[in-house]
Amino acid sequence: MSDLITPSQTVGPFLSLGLTWTDGHLVVPEGSPGAIRISGVLLDGAGAPVPDGVVETWQADADGRFDHPDDPRGASGSGFGGFGRCMTDDEGRFRIVTVKPGALGDGQAPHIDVTVLARGLLQHLTTRIYFPDEAEANAADPLLSSLPPERAVTLVAEQADEGELRFDIRLQGEGETVFLQV
Amino acid sequence: MTLAHPAGYRPPPEGTHPPLDYPGYKSTALRAPSQAPIVLPNRLTEVTGPLLTAGHSDLIGPSDHDLTTQHAGEPIGQRIIVFGRVLDSDGRAVPDTLVEVWQANASGRYPHKNDNWAGALDPNFTGGGRVLTNSKGEYSFTTIKPGAYPWGNHHNAWRPAHIHFSLFGRAFTQRLVTQMYFPDDPLFGQDPIFNSVPDPKARQRMISTFDLEATRPDWALAYRWDIVLRGREQTPFEEPHE
Repeated sequence: MSDLITPSQTVGPFLSLGLTWTDGHLVVPEGSPGAIRISGVLLDGAGAPVPDGVVETWQADADGRFDHPDDPRGASGSGFGGFGRCMTDDEGRFRIVTVKPGALGDGQAPHIDVTVLARGLLQHLTTRIYFPDEAEANAADPLLSSLPPERAVTLVAEQADEGELRFDIRLQGEGETVFLQV
Repeated sequence: MTLAHPAGYRPPPEGTHPPLDYPGYKSTALRAPSQAPIVLPNRLTEVTGPLLTAGHSDLIGPSDHDLTTQHAGEPIGQRIIVFGRVLDSDGRAVPDTLVEVWQANASGRYPHKNDNWAGALDPNFTGGGRVLTNSKGEYSFTTIKPGAYPWGNHHNAWRPAHIHFSLFGRAFTQRLVTQMYFPDDPLFGQDPIFNSVPDPKARQRMISTFDLEATRPDWALAYRWDIVLRGREQTPFEEPHE
């Protein structure tokens, strides 16, 4: 049969009316054991902040497991939600409080999948966050190792302070983030 | 040793989704990536996804399914029921999945600091709602028919009346944000967002159907709109792995 999929449309400029969640950016409560904060700015092709966007994250738990029945290893049963959502603010900033995901055991380095939605994006964008303290695993990761180094670097968060990572997303132009087709 | 990779999700047919770079919609100019996306085979992180029913009992408020009851009085406008099913492209229902909606009021105005056109605000209408699909993938909410509104994209540009929809499905790859339109809108022809969908047949799938059977006598008209998310590949495969 043909796939009669519903087409994508932009979230438009007023997405905050529908997509705002209080505490959506807290994948785990602030101050939880092992909690890290990932902060960044969403930037357009002119380097200007995007104030009408939303960044969503999806990831395994610290043991590399998903509490989801389609994980062939079985749902973890941990109750770990794994999902974060943060609207960008007037300066294009977003932040997610989470734990570092564990390796999945399939040869991929620890990573977080990211969805980016904004006015002006007719489809959502997908990217990934990798971790700066995983040099060895990152070097062996099938996606990262397939990219030219100057592009791969856009997917690796930068260490800021203790427990603080920085991950900017550049939609277009110099230093453009690698976006993925999944 | 071999490691089984889970079956991935079929890519959408060509022409279903709009291109990111679409000059007719001016806001794409500085936001569409200039480089082609890198194909990432679906692995565990992509075939799983947020199941927002668990651990989010406070996500959906008591009047989130009825946008006409969120304030002290009745909103102005035509009361409507919008309902349908969420399916995957194999025709399977997607149960227990979150459907988020937002829309303008009957005047075509959003209660948002950046919406300052001369349509009237309605103190009894905010325009945001949330529902979960039931075990058959069905959803339903009550609202007001949104108005069309002008925007600055080009001379005399008007958005056709629409309701924004956000869906998760059960996998990261099924995420969909889209807009539902109303039948026979005379504004379709001049709207670059509607027309950004390359396949004219796919475009029609964003338009709801008036359903007299589903109207509530002396209360509300009804529009049906089914939403189809990506379906899954049939065969899991294995590949060599250290």
